[in-house]
Amino acid sequence: MDESRRRDMAVVGARLLRDRERVLVGVGMPNLAANLAKRVHAPELVLIYESGVIDARPPRLPLSIGDPDLVRTSLCTLPMTDLFSQYLQTGWIDVGFLGGAQVDRRGNLNSTVIGSYRSPEVRLAGSGGAADIASFSKRTLIVMPHEPKRFPEQVDFVTSPGHRDGRVQGRGPSHVITDLGLLDFDERGEMRLVATHRGVTVDEVLERTGFSLQVSSEVGEIPAPTAEELAAYRELAGRPS
Amino acid sequence: MREAVSRHVRDGQSLYLAGFTHLIPFSFGHEIIRQERRHLTLCRATPDLVYDQMIAAGVADRVVFSYAGNPGVGLLHCFRRAVEGGLIEIEEYSHFELLGRLQAAASGLPFWPLLALDNDLTRQRGRPVVESPFGPERVAVVEPLRPDVTLVHAHMADEDGNVYSWGLLGDVREAALAADKVLVSVEEILPVEALREQRDHLLLPGFRVTALALEPWGAHPSYVQGRYDRDQLFYQEWDHLSRDPVEATAWLERFVLAVADRRAYLDLFQPERLELLRRAAGDG
Repeated sequence: MDESRRRDMAVVGARLLRDRERVLVGVGMPNLAANLAKRVHAPELVLIYESGVIDARPPRLPLSIGDPDLVRTSLCTLPMTDLFSQYLQTGWIDVGFLGGAQVDRRGNLNSTVIGSYRSPEVRLAGSGGAADIASFSKRTLIVMPHEPKRFPEQVDFVTSPGHRDGRVQGRGPSHVITDLGLLDFDERGEMRLVATHRGVTVDEVLERTGFSLQVSSEVGEIPAPTAEELAAYRELAGRPS
Repeated sequence: MREAVSRHVRDGQSLYLAGFTHLIPFSFGHEIIRQERRHLTLCRATPDLVYDQMIAAGVADRVVFSYAGNPGVGLLHCFRRAVEGGLIEIEEYSHFELLGRLQAAASGLPFWPLLALDNDLTRQRGRPVVESPFGPERVAVVEPLRPDVTLVHAHMADEDGNVYSWGLLGDVREAALAADKVLVSVEEILPVEALREQRDHLLLPGFRVTALALEPWGAHPSYVQGRYDRDQLFYQEWDHLSRDPVEATAWLERFVLAVADRRAYLDLFQPERLELLRRAAGDG
């Protein structure tokens, strides 16, 4: 994916985070977007990592979610068991921010396997905390490159539940952020296109989605990154760890 | 190190090398490879590079885990090849479930409760639940995970074997207390009086420690907070070289099998590189 599309995804992801929210940040693009939000419009955003880091203020983009930089700038570090049981399971996490390999129209997320579980085509990393975060956060944000095979009718494996029975608490996925645009979920929990990046057409989005995607009656255009967002992104993305 | 492994780690055992990103006991992993243990069940929330290397070396039949990625970089290629090729069995959980299994074992309980997760892993595994005796709730349970041996790397110990650590403790305490046998390596061993006041940093009392080894840099390329930082470059290098099984084997040959111990391993790295990691760690 070219760098400007990657940047636009991070910017949109960041804008969906509100100041003072407690966000449990996944590895990769969620990490970039959350750190961007904290530098631009949400200085009091509480960055929490599943490694047990609470309220990190990293000077650089951390490579992993257990980096020494995160620990050095944190309010505290909790044993993972305490974080998962006493903070996540009890509903104290406002936003779970996740990536993955596939997402379907119900917002089910796959980060486990492409193909069948028993004889995989591609074995991926697996849940980590993703299944737990999707099940217990008040809402989740999903970020994903927009390709047909990444947006199938049904994911090959439900690692993290979307809008279906069995999620423990919270409202489930609220948005999917892609390099083509922004999607949300209607009242039945079906994914819907609500906005595109500049220069992207609705047809292009439909073509690159593996299922028949609903389109909102008014598809907006996502405003270009501001000078402040661009500067913060350059500072973060230019110097990975 | 050599003696601890030769005395306490046997073929066919289940091991838990503890530490989440931080404090990963790489030196123990390499010693197990050198001593050619076989048919092990390797348990870890995040297999990380240490299990990727142990899998490539052929020590494992089975892996129990919750996230098999190279954190911040990508996938674990040796793990992935072994799973796709049917060479190892896997048993998989979410982090919360795996931590719950350790908590059950560490607390001496027959199961650990958590609110039920509904996903394809729990569906295919079956979802055992218990009825609350106090209300209408049904609560999911996971069974204890009791490794034969847990291996830990920590900041320091005293001469009585009391172990001290801080920073990101992740799964270390639960994993250690879940096992009867706990092998520990540390950066430094000090007299008992020197650490007595550090009680807030006590990780394990000496009576829970089976064997203790002095092993400076025992976590590299993982890190020890305040001592040396994570060798991010190595995590990226491994991603590149381990894509080719021949290169992965050649790396193991040179950096693990052909070296006598940790000191010889460290000698294969540029001193400037290690010095940079040490300086980056600062004091905290």
